[in-house]
Amino acid sequence: MADAKRLSFNERLLKIDRRWIFLLLAMVVILVYLLDVTVPVYVTEEVRNIYERIEALKEGDVILLGLDYDPSTLAELNPMTFTVLKQCFHKKVKVIVTALHQNGPTLADQVLREATAIHEGGGGDKIVYGTDLVYLGYKPYPALVINSLGQDFHISFPADYYNTSIDSLPLTQRVHNLTDVNAIINISGTSATDYWISYGAAAYNVPLAIGVTGVMATDYYPYLQSGRVFGLMGGLKGAAEYEHLANNPGDAIQGMAMQMWAHLLIIFFIIIGNIGYLLSRRAQAKE
Amino acid sequence: MKRQFPLILVFVLGVIMALVEFIPLDWAKDFKEFALDWTIIIGVFAMGLGIWSLIRVSADRISRRQENWGYSIVTLAGLAAMMAFSIYSWITAGLENAMSGYMFEHFFDHVMVPIQATMFSLLAFFIASAAYRAFRARSLLASLLLLAAVVVMLRVVYLGPISPPINVAADWIINVPNLAAKRAILIGVGLGIVATALKVILGIERAYLGRD
Repeated sequence: MADAKRLSFNERLLKIDRRWIFLLLAMVVILVYLLDVTVPVYVTEEVRNIYERIEALKEGDVILLGLDYDPSTLAELNPMTFTVLKQCFHKKVKVIVTALHQNGPTLADQVLREATAIHEGGGGDKIVYGTDLVYLGYKPYPALVINSLGQDFHISFPADYYNTSIDSLPLTQRVHNLTDVNAIINISGTSATDYWISYGAAAYNVPLAIGVTGVMATDYYPYLQSGRVFGLMGGLKGAAEYEHLANNPGDAIQGMAMQMWAHLLIIFFIIIGNIGYLLSRRAQAKE
Repeated sequence: MKRQFPLILVFVLGVIMALVEFIPLDWAKDFKEFALDWTIIIGVFAMGLGIWSLIRVSADRISRRQENWGYSIVTLAGLAAMMAFSIYSWITAGLENAMSGYMFEHFFDHVMVPIQATMFSLLAFFIASAAYRAFRARSLLASLLLLAAVVVMLRVVYLGPISPPINVAADWIINVPNLAAKRAILIGVGLGIVATALKVILGIERAYLGRD
């Protein structure tokens, strides 16, 4: 009778209704959000490399910022974009932006307007479109577009996102292709990152750093170790590290507390599941 | 000839495109750019074909009252509405504002953005449930996988003085075993791409020709 009771307990541990897991996860995330908790951030070398590379740029240097994501990955990637832009604007580094995801151009336009407004609202110098910032926009087939950017921006982007000829913009009058930029930063939720590595950085020997979603991050460590990319921000954690380095606490640092407690809850359920599994195996062995 | 011509075209262009990568002359560069322009032009036709295909399949589903035919109405209505908003902005405010009109932007901001963000956010719940069911110490390999997963997950958890060694262990997992496996996969994929490209160029792989 006692064994039967224990077995039933084991089964309960093994077969928790997933709706309970969903409910508890939602409660944990909402509660941590409402309590506005923050957690310390451990900074990795791969994120520090990006920060230090941009920090070492001089006034007037140029970076190309590839924003290849859509709203589905906005929560992880937007904080990276905002912080990189803030740092560049602060350092007076010029920024040329592309958006090579079909659902991304409008989003990128909004992010640029918002980042500019935040910078100027915070007492920063006015960002002059065409001189400090150029948004080239979207063209289909990222591999081809990136390849053509290495040759001449005109091939894919004779005009910018707002249909202004790039010949009339001071920044693109002096920056003609990828070899004229000091670094490429690709923030992406798509395979466009592969194309930036192969057709952008490798083909034209331009330093490249990437910011990708958490699930994509492990795919790009080989390129980091080989030196093909000089830095990597992975998911919300990478974004939080960057915010921490740039002293720009925002959505990523706030989100890390939620992610931390969500991970702890998942680990708790994994432990519960394994206790149930081990107890049921022991009970079976006894029988 | 109907089948031979495409095979000859693919062979000739495939060989030329492979060779121009190794020819550091202007004409080779020009030819490559010319061929890439053609790819973009062909891609535009593919987009038109895709839209036509979507309309035809959705209309067919609606007319036959197939399962979930109501969703096809939403699909077509969404397509028509966004195109109409964009064309209206184009006519009234010029081509440069075709995708930044009030209605186009509001539909994007308040329909597209929340839908996509919601779909991706739901993954967190399914991953939590899947992790609970999948990570069981059933064998030595499963136990190693479980241990690696927990250590990498703990990388984002602040545990005071225990955190530094956990971070070191997590970094080691990502930079050594993960990297070794990823490199092996990448090399395998790379060789596979070369093999497939050669099969297509040499006419061994002909699936792209269709069945006619």
